[in-house]
Amino acid sequence: MRVNFTVNGRPQEADDVWEGESLLYVLRERLGLPGSKNACEQGECGSCTVRLDGVPVCSCLVAAGQAEGRDVVTVEGLADFARQRSCGTGACGGTSLDEARQWQAEGTDSQTGEGSGLSPIQQAFIDAGAVQCGFCTPGLLVAADEMLERNPNPTDADIREALSGNLCRCTGYEKIMDAVRLAAARQSEGV
Amino acid sequence: MPANGAPTKITQGTRTKGGIGESTLRPDGTLKVTGEFAYSSDMWHEDMLWGQILRSTVAHAEIVSIDTSEALALPGVYAVMTYDDLPTDVRNYGLEIQDTPVLAHGKVRHHGEPVAIVAADHPETARRAAAKIKVDYRELPVVTDEASATAPDAILVHENRDDHHAAHVPHPNIVHRQPIVRGDVEAARGRADVIVEGEYTFGMQDQAFLGPESGLAVPEEDGGVHLYIATQWLHSDLRQIAPVLGLPEEKVRMTLAGVGGAFGGREDLSMQIHACLLALRTGKPVKIVYNRFESFFGHVHRHPAKLYYEHGATKDGKLTHMKCRIVLDGGAYASASPAVVGNASSLSVGPYVVDNVDIEAIALYTNNPPCGAMRGFGAVQACFAYEAQMDKLAKRLGLDPVEFRQLNAMEQGTVMPTGQPVDSPAPVAELLRRVKAMPMPPERQWESSEGADVRQLPGGLSNTTHGEGVVRGVGYAVGIKNVGFSEGFDDYSTARVRMEVVGGEPVATVHTAMAEVGQGGVTVHAQIARTELGVTRVTIHPADTQVGSAGSTSASRQTYVTGGAVKNACELVREKVLEIGRRKFGSYHPAWATAELLLEGGKVVTDGGEVLADLADVLGEEAVEVEEEWRHRPTEPFDLRTGQGNGHVQYSFAAHRAVVEVDTELGLVKVIELACAQDVGKALNPLSVVGQIQGGTTQGLGVAVMEEIVVDPKTAKVKNPSFTDYLIPTILDTPTIPVDVLELADEHAPYGLRGIGEAPTLSSTPAVLAAIRDATGLELDRTPVRPEHLTGTA
Repeated sequence: MRVNFTVNGRPQEADDVWEGESLLYVLRERLGLPGSKNACEQGECGSCTVRLDGVPVCSCLVAAGQAEGRDVVTVEGLADFARQRSCGTGACGGTSLDEARQWQAEGTDSQTGEGSGLSPIQQAFIDAGAVQCGFCTPGLLVAADEMLERNPNPTDADIREALSGNLCRCTGYEKIMDAVRLAAARQSEGV
Repeated sequence: MPANGAPTKITQGTRTKGGIGESTLRPDGTLKVTGEFAYSSDMWHEDMLWGQILRSTVAHAEIVSIDTSEALALPGVYAVMTYDDLPTDVRNYGLEIQDTPVLAHGKVRHHGEPVAIVAADHPETARRAAAKIKVDYRELPVVTDEASATAPDAILVHENRDDHHAAHVPHPNIVHRQPIVRGDVEAARGRADVIVEGEYTFGMQDQAFLGPESGLAVPEEDGGVHLYIATQWLHSDLRQIAPVLGLPEEKVRMTLAGVGGAFGGREDLSMQIHACLLALRTGKPVKIVYNRFESFFGHVHRHPAKLYYEHGATKDGKLTHMKCRIVLDGGAYASASPAVVGNASSLSVGPYVVDNVDIEAIALYTNNPPCGAMRGFGAVQACFAYEAQMDKLAKRLGLDPVEFRQLNAMEQGTVMPTGQPVDSPAPVAELLRRVKAMPMPPERQWESSEGADVRQLPGGLSNTTHGEGVVRGVGYAVGIKNVGFSEGFDDYSTARVRMEVVGGEPVATVHTAMAEVGQGGVTVHAQIARTELGVTRVTIHPADTQVGSAGSTSASRQTYVTGGAVKNACELVREKVLEIGRRKFGSYHPAWATAELLLEGGKVVTDGGEVLADLADVLGEEAVEVEEEWRHRPTEPFDLRTGQGNGHVQYSFAAHRAVVEVDTELGLVKVIELACAQDVGKALNPLSVVGQIQGGTTQGLGVAVMEEIVVDPKTAKVKNPSFTDYLIPTILDTPTIPVDVLELADEHAPYGLRGIGEAPTLSSTPAVLAAIRDATGLELDRTPVRPEHLTGTA
């Protein structure tokens, strides 16, 4: 079958999709967007989390056909998504590039992919040391970004509740907590 | 250059930004947060096929027949291979003992053993084809524990063993046995005022790395193959893969793909040979990605163990002796079992002074899932048992559990049960003091202005209590872990470092085969290069087999050993750069000949700080490159009869304090805080150090209260191979983890550093258990603890 839907703001068309394929499979294997991860493929780990019409979902549990005509945001589109959101609330006014530059990590080198404007939550994950192997990171970023959109000043218990569907095996979550707190603080300071 | 194993000292200043000791950020961080970092499961190649493995549905059986005809007939299927299709006579592999069949040969020995492999144009086609392969099994009895495996008439898991342990084991179903005897246990026993015995059970833990086993094998024009793979040790894989394919090692090229965690679970091969076989058979690139169900069968687990301990102490609290037997279940294939036995036995006494010991550790062959490396590697199981013993002894003696431990704590100069003196700082008592001194979390921390916040209580959002029946407990534990490969292993690493001018700026390139699995080795290697070469820009070359072996990313060894190799190679590069400088500019300034020269901030400077030249001017068009192996000081095997020998390179220590709250009516546990104090020697990257300690602590928490692979003792079949049924800690299960980092230099190690990754996994588990015992008054001799163990309904 053919599936038409919007991914990170761009219309996408996937052909020859087998009816049993998940949204995750189509994103990863047919659309060249492997950022959403395949850690359990049973909805337990959250590493495939994407926004489907704004709602965070495990894309491994969404049949590709269910995405027909809908709007998907993946980790690859998170920076643009956050930028548009801040512009939409009048917070950017054409300074988004400068803002993005402020987020540049220190002490990095040529392999960082410097110059790519990151969203506040992405930069906070790097700065706080919340990334180790990084396999859980894309799903956590999408989930954390959505929580901060809803709840800009979360308590620790709020953060834990919102991210309880995202497993991480490396960090012990402490630096993920730090990252979300950091992103919330920077957001409230309007940095 | 330093001789092998010689201590390397800081010869460079640390004024270059981004050098060691700073919390520089990961060089792969941006790629990982944007989704662009290419993990092994993200590999894609035009025209690629998907591989699928058919695994045994029974634990122990003869294979009467395999019929692949229906699978081959399925449209979209390109190849189906069984044992009979293997290209050479080398049909087994293994880390130490080559006892693991690439594909089952006439027999399967555990549930989930690979029997056949399929390549097809869609993963679902490959799965369906595998399901159409008909395997006729004639089931055999299973051996699943020490009693059944070592009975005189026990069915042998491996007949006709000829490995180098076979001659000294008391039964063919014992992989390896290591006794350690020292002092006079019987005499010491007579001096003991109290004797405490215990029998402990440690459940089977899974590494549960999130990135599933996966990789892409691409056939090459010269008849070879290029494998993009997530592993812990490229060259160990290569050594096992090439002979099975019938290829010389130079025709098997390996490049490290992004690794989604490892924790020991990627030391053994998984899909590597299968993907290469299918690629060579079909002439097409083949990708294999396990799903989570298959991942539980696709790698070895932490050895479950039975531990029998006896300790004696005088009434003033001094340990007199220790006897122990540690029985590790190695499952159907050897994997790392012999080395795990070496660790379990040599570290079985813990970080304590005990002069009289009688120790035995064995690993069994059974029909249970194969077990091998996992973070903590044999030391974890022992720590759970000896720390329970310490609490029992303290209680019997009426002593404070921390003071009792401190009274018996080892220190620098203590002689291990193996006869090896501990010749670097061993601040065991100090770590306990520090962890005890940390402020306690407030009582009734769940109370808020709007009543109880159930998220802070046992049972959480299940809303099972608002504080009724909830009892707090506090527990302490401390552990000892060895760093690096032990028992005489030639544990070297190789680094290639290049320095040249790019765009007018000096740039260093560091090329090693080290597997970055998330630990941050790439971060510290760049820091080392900055410190040693005085440059800002460092490029970390992708890890591959075009450079010499880096050894394994395990045993807490990579910052020590590959870090040591990078430091050493940088020092050699520095000497060459200075030679060029002397040649070019030596006549302009006498300091070139007379002063101690350093590379700092892109310049050659004297130790007095005078700038002699820009590195860019010194190098000009020249590039300086060095590839060199580096070794830590050698170790010795343990004597097979007495266990004596200088078997370990370095030790690492951590202590934990756990604070738990237990709903005593429902048996639900909420860990409120897990404080850790650890000596790291030198924190090359403090942010990463704390991250390792917190991550290791959390894996210890998992096996304390939830994580266990459950194997049916009647059938030896795995009952919970999914994240629905095998639980790892979520962010709600994990408490705050305050960390106190101590830095006492080990003069034998580069920069004085200590391998840090594993020690926090040891003491976390017994600290949580001790806290639950404190809250409930129960003995609790097994881990993980389940609600039924706390409510008397087990």
